Amino acid sequence: MGRKILLKHIDEPGIQGYDTYRRTGGYASVEKAVKTMTPEAIVEEVKKSGLRGRGGAGFPTGMKWSFLAKPEGVSRYLVCNADESEPGTFKDRYLMEKIPHLLIEGMITSSFALGAHTSYIYIRGEYFYIVNILEKAIEEAYANGWLGKNILGSGYDLDLYVHVGAGAYICGEETALLESLEGKRGNPRIKPPFPAIKGLWECPTVVNNVETIAAVVPIVNDGGDAYAAVGIGRSTGTKLISASGHINKPGVYEIEMGITVEDFIYSDEYCGGILNGKKLKAVVAGGSSVPILPADLILKTANGENRLMSYESLSDGGFATGTMLGSGGFIVMDETTSIVQNLHTFARFYHHESCGQCSPCREGTAWMEKILHKVLHGHGTLADVDLLWEIQSKIEGNTICPLGDAAAWPVASAIRHFRLEFEEYVKNPASIKEVKHYYNTQLV
Amino acid sequence: MAKVTIDGIEIEVPEGTTILQAARLIGPEVAPPAMCYHSKLKTSGGYCRTCLVEVTKGSEKDPRPMPKLVPSCRTTIMDGMEVGNKSSAKVVEARKGVVEFLLLNHPLDCPICDQAGECHLQDLSYENGTAKTRTDFERRTFNKIDIGSKIQLHMTRCILCYRCVKVADQITDKRIHGVLNRGEASEISTYIENVVENDFSGNVIDVCPVGALTDKTFRFKSRVWFTKPMQAHRDCDKCTGKVNLWFKGEEVLRVTGRKDQWGEVEEFICNTCRFDKKKTSDWTVEKPAPINHHSVISANHYEVFVKPTEFKLNVVKPLSIEEKAN
Repeated sequence: MGRKILLKHIDEPGIQGYDTYRRTGGYASVEKAVKTMTPEAIVEEVKKSGLRGRGGAGFPTGMKWSFLAKPEGVSRYLVCNADESEPGTFKDRYLMEKIPHLLIEGMITSSFALGAHTSYIYIRGEYFYIVNILEKAIEEAYANGWLGKNILGSGYDLDLYVHVGAGAYICGEETALLESLEGKRGNPRIKPPFPAIKGLWECPTVVNNVETIAAVVPIVNDGGDAYAAVGIGRSTGTKLISASGHINKPGVYEIEMGITVEDFIYSDEYCGGILNGKKLKAVVAGGSSVPILPADLILKTANGENRLMSYESLSDGGFATGTMLGSGGFIVMDETTSIVQNLHTFARFYHHESCGQCSPCREGTAWMEKILHKVLHGHGTLADVDLLWEIQSKIEGNTICPLGDAAAWPVASAIRHFRLEFEEYVKNPASIKEVKHYYNTQLV
Repeated sequence: MAKVTIDGIEIEVPEGTTILQAARLIGPEVAPPAMCYHSKLKTSGGYCRTCLVEVTKGSEKDPRPMPKLVPSCRTTIMDGMEVGNKSSAKVVEARKGVVEFLLLNHPLDCPICDQAGECHLQDLSYENGTAKTRTDFERRTFNKIDIGSKIQLHMTRCILCYRCVKVADQITDKRIHGVLNRGEASEISTYIENVVENDFSGNVIDVCPVGALTDKTFRFKSRVWFTKPMQAHRDCDKCTGKVNLWFKGEEVLRVTGRKDQWGEVEEFICNTCRFDKKKTSDWTVEKPAPINHHSVISANHYEVFVKPTEFKLNVVKPLSIEEKAN
């Protein structure tokens, strides 16, 4: 069994409620933080832990925290990004649903470290039932003196609010999230200024993912070094992976960074192998935005080493032969999966979710979806495949926020690794009906 | 003051200047095109991505290049920065892409569009686009709507530059004009076709870079190149009263705000001046208006007059007369 840090007490009956959570050592980090530590010391511990943002970008959290501007007389805010909308990712939902107090505890400790007196959890509209769970947990925390005025007699005040979004993918982008939180249309802002300088209501703000904030709890409890001892290289600690697709045991798994991808897919402890004994065709390793990799490249890197579940190993080889850990949405596809169809689904999603501010994303995502629809239904030409490649290259890097990149990468990688399949869709439209699928890479 | 080099031309500008402003100080040959940035509107710019430039050297202190192309209208210069605009192959390629995206759903109905001849999108696509389209999909269309009795919105032509939204936000009160829906379905509109009743609402027409917002008192009266713009003024209690009158013969066909070299309004004017004062006797006519170097009108008699600015003249090659005519 791999070591568990966040989900250590997940099987404890009643862990959702305050009493059980407290009995299993809950809220110890708050006690330790406000009574024995200074905010700077906590930031230092987080830096030492090597914790990296779990929302997708993997930016070192301690560094992000230390960038927070601290002008005199201006409020600072901590916002938890619980707008988990990346297709294939559902780890935050699991965490908030099963152990809501872990997030609340992390919020209190992190807010103390950042000197925030008001903090928000921005949760997506589709998670309406979790809102109730969180509200109840916050109520219990208030009732037991963990929130409100003068927490544990330390003189530190904190109010925590849950804000429900309306269910837009774009509001998971931190500046769009802040706009939405301010009550405006959820459009990303143009950076700079970054939220650490001018965020919520023009005040310095830190936006962190649910899992990142939850990970602050063990870091404060056991120290940054203990957390850094888990994992491999610069990928420290554990990561929640949302495994879905053609596997025997889909679900949320807490893994130690650095186990092999092969182990994750085939071992009984995790995914338990491919469904119905079929062969593996491709994997999207970190949520729909990251490049898709064919079976041979996901298990081994281009130079023949074992691919590991870590930030570095998964991105080994750049986008030519690698991908990203992203948010940990691990989508496994077996040999019956049509890459073109899958890509069309992704493209349709990004078309629907583009906010429409900047031209490349607004027009490009729609265009790519239309072309893919055409190819999928047997009306495509070879020129269309080249055009798709051209369009994605014109979107990537030229947009305000990463949604443009997120829309472009899957298209680029699918054509890069599965071009023959696209060509087959174009050349033999009749064969599509027979549910025949084509590969230009080896199945494993 | 900070030194910045754009396409190999060095210029010294005050701290806090954007790359676009610095490039404009050097001259139109270097300035990136801008569809959504408007110097008189706060927080405008950054949306259309036509002014993307490549920063090959971040600054003297930190010479690392920026990893992505940056919007020059929203990026401030640093001392020692080196910027590639037309000299950068990446920028030229990206700009070509942006033009293609902007034209993807544009109806290209220039022959019947009132904006033709002074349209920024026309200029942009002539200079940076390709002659052929690669899409054969049906283009996005919308119904025309009237926002007020004097302004028509033809959303089909819109490139969503947000300039009119910023006008509605910043110079009119009681804002009811904005963007509905999202992504490709976004549209500029007033909520449930509400009428914009405001003394300054007419300025949305002037800031529109394409023919999406047009003056109903001028629609289909004349092609702009058959009219002659003259600077004029009157005493107005709401605005400065400094306008351009567009004459055809003795008749004033339309009144607009005065635009600078970059096609951006210098001073916003009120609706009374714009829509109601259409007799020569209402105005004191000053002189022929200087015309944007892009405008088809400039092909005839009008020429751009660029004031010498404070930049170092020795590093900027003065234009010859032939070049100016072009």
